[in-house]
Amino acid sequence: MRRRPRVASRIFLALIYLFLYAPIFIMIVFSFNASKSRSVWSGFTLDWYTELFSDSMIISSLTTTIGVSVIAAIVATIAGTFAAIGFFNMRKRWRSPLLAINNIPVMNADIVTGVSLCLLFVSLGSVLKYQLGFGTLLIAHITFNIPYVILSVLPKLRQMDRNLVDAAMDLGCTWFQAFYKVIIPEIMPGIINGMMIAFTMSIDDFVISYFTAGSKVQTLSMAIYAMTRKRVSPKINAVSTLLFLFILLLLIIINVRQIRQEEREKKLRTLKSK
Amino acid sequence: MKKRLAALFAALVFVLALISGCSTSKEEVNVYNWGEYIDESLLKEFEKQTGIKVNYSTFTSNEAMYSVLKTGGAHYDVIIPSDYMISRLISEGMLEKLDFSNIPNYSLIDDKYKNLEYDPTGEYSVPYMTGTVGLIYNKAMIPDEIDSWGALFDERYAGLILMFDNSRDAFGVALKYLGYSLNTTNPDELYEAYELIKAQGAVRQAFVMDQIFDKLESGEAAIGPYYAGDYLIMLENNPDLEFVFPKEGTNRFVDAMCIPKGAQNKKNAELFINFMCSTEASLRNMDVVGYTSANREASEQYAAMLDDHAKAILFPSDEILANTEVFLNLPQDILNLYDELWVKIKS
Amino acid sequence: MKLKYLSAPYIVWMALFVVAPVIIVVVYAFTSAAGEFTFDNFAKMGGYVSVFSRSFLLAIISTAICIIIGYPVAYILSKERARQQRILIMLIMLPMWMNFLLRTYAWMSILENTGLLNRLLTLLGLPAVNIINTPTAIVIGMVYNFLPFMILPIYSVIVKIDRSLIEAAQDLGANAVTVFRRVIFPLSLPGVFSGITMVFVPAVSTFVISQLLGGGANMLLGDLIEMQFLGAAYNPHLGSAIALVMMVIVMICMWLMNKFGAGGEEAVML
Repeated sequence: MRRRPRVASRIFLALIYLFLYAPIFIMIVFSFNASKSRSVWSGFTLDWYTELFSDSMIISSLTTTIGVSVIAAIVATIAGTFAAIGFFNMRKRWRSPLLAINNIPVMNADIVTGVSLCLLFVSLGSVLKYQLGFGTLLIAHITFNIPYVILSVLPKLRQMDRNLVDAAMDLGCTWFQAFYKVIIPEIMPGIINGMMIAFTMSIDDFVISYFTAGSKVQTLSMAIYAMTRKRVSPKINAVSTLLFLFILLLLIIINVRQIRQEEREKKLRTLKSK
Repeated sequence: MKKRLAALFAALVFVLALISGCSTSKEEVNVYNWGEYIDESLLKEFEKQTGIKVNYSTFTSNEAMYSVLKTGGAHYDVIIPSDYMISRLISEGMLEKLDFSNIPNYSLIDDKYKNLEYDPTGEYSVPYMTGTVGLIYNKAMIPDEIDSWGALFDERYAGLILMFDNSRDAFGVALKYLGYSLNTTNPDELYEAYELIKAQGAVRQAFVMDQIFDKLESGEAAIGPYYAGDYLIMLENNPDLEFVFPKEGTNRFVDAMCIPKGAQNKKNAELFINFMCSTEASLRNMDVVGYTSANREASEQYAAMLDDHAKAILFPSDEILANTEVFLNLPQDILNLYDELWVKIKS
Repeated sequence: MKLKYLSAPYIVWMALFVVAPVIIVVVYAFTSAAGEFTFDNFAKMGGYVSVFSRSFLLAIISTAICIIIGYPVAYILSKERARQQRILIMLIMLPMWMNFLLRTYAWMSILENTGLLNRLLTLLGLPAVNIINTPTAIVIGMVYNFLPFMILPIYSVIVKIDRSLIEAAQDLGANAVTVFRRVIFPLSLPGVFSGITMVFVPAVSTFVISQLLGGGANMLLGDLIEMQFLGAAYNPHLGSAIALVMMVIVMICMWLMNKFGAGGEEAVML
């Protein structure tokens, strides 16, 4: 009675994974294709990869993307954590409307956020003699990243036992020490979680960057979009493959660390119960 | 203390942003051109010769370029729009006058492209390339004799038909087929063209610009309107492709280099324009792009290298040229009508 | 010890970069190119009802398909062994991290007339299908891109359901179906609503998917807005009006979701 549903659900799962991964694998396979065709195989070559590495536009868009994502994630995490702690310590009357405003970039469609920021930057820009560029791109990314950090840290703050802080203070900690030694470690999973989400959102973003980066800088998504409007080149496939491998590596590292951490905790627990 | 720290961070971010947004130390020039419209090695050549870095980006149509310029966020130093768009930009005060002392190679430009109606004083632009629009089809997939724009609306080729993804060119095809002028300001004629293009939806595969290269070369589609120079490039990859000047007449155009108002690297822009005018650069460009350069010597040299088929297409006979029309800028209310109808067609 | 002042810098930031842009959009929406107050832009939107309805229809269909496929996947995953679960969830997340344009682009090479799908079909002797450049292709693209965003929230919530509740139900004599219907499903609804939020909003406002897979016609709201700013029909006032309407519609949907029990305060992702 238990066996049959198992098989059916296995097949179903397999089909879904096939659906999710088939296009990616097809992209990877054809990145090695000797001709430009995306559906007819004509032999193995690494040419597209060499072309990719000599394409300065793509390389610079890659560095821009990583730069923006890393900086935005870090700034958003710090700012978001402080903001979350600040919000948490507010009275509900102030907190609710502020959280509602905070949610606007999350709830809003990308294109609305992008267009509204574009209008803002252009209006301010004409007054301040300021142009769209890396700066505005960064500001835009930070703006849509911080809410995710806050949404990630707040639940952890709620879960935290307030007595811990009081206990630390009773034991002689200054408020500063209590902050760094008690509060931060307790909410650290939320902070890390928030940082990862922020980083992912930034790397993958296309629409908001499209409207706020201006003409001088380009993110990888923007470069790819420009490539799709012209002659297609399997360079896109090569970019896909490399990105895929990088992310796979990243996820494996994260998960291995998580597994190790959980096993450490399990050991601690079994030790404690002895 | 925490308050100060957090405030410090915010200030730091602002400063960082302002700094990275404002200045750049290296000499550079921002160029905005059509897609597939330049030999990219020329950009590196220019950098080597002058030390000025070229930031090159592309647009898909004159209207898209206009929107980007108007929205105001992007700042380009050199733009390469088509004739009618240049006259629009001039009338709206969006172009800088060129300092021709920085562009000595202007003397190499063929006189027949100078001071045309889109830029009568010639102060705002330097001709880049010229060409014509025609009908390209795959004779292996469509064995019929094609000689009319009507083929783009023909049910026999349903699902294999491509169409221009910009309003002037698309309407141009429809208007010519209906026997009207490309520059008509008669709303009834425009509505007729609109209905025709809307009805084409039943047989049309897609609206394309540069995506047409892959589609026609791979046989994904079999017929579509596009520019003569691009046809020669496509022909290299698929010898089954044919080019024809439809009997109803077509468009001929000149694309020219201009400098938008407020460009920050005007001198560098003029140096770039000068470089692109040179015979050497024009020859290399024509070879890669396929169009006819405005540089007199280069285009003569190039014509000598072509076979008859290509020559007939790039340097059409006077008879065919007489049947071509140039796009003119239209009054604002007609432009608004175009926008409205175009959005309706795509929706 | 006034911890609440920690959020002061961010409040300033929000005022400048979240609230001000919205106000600017509102201002643009209600002004004409000449700068006077007008309702014209909203009146013009009446001509684009087909775009609105197409966007909503396709978004609803895509969201529905994501729920139909995503819910069972989330449920099955939640029953796997812990080790397996982590790896399987990671595999669901991986495509999410891949660039969204690339994922959409991948489908082009599959669905094209000379693409892989048709080559496979002709090889098997079946007739070729014309999916590319139709709304079907857009739906496939949307489902493909957004499916993980539906699976993960549902999974996160199901996995947290207290086992003792299920055991209690079983002790009281419920069979598997009843346990699902009366215990698991109701408790999983917050996750479903979360998933709907994360799929419907991007689906209704996407603009790249329709351009790559829809063939340039089949315009969606995102394309319409983009056209007014950086595309072929410059009119930021009309664009702002449409954006404003979209914002309002999304807010209404969110409010409805909130009323029916979603938390909205947790980021259920990793």
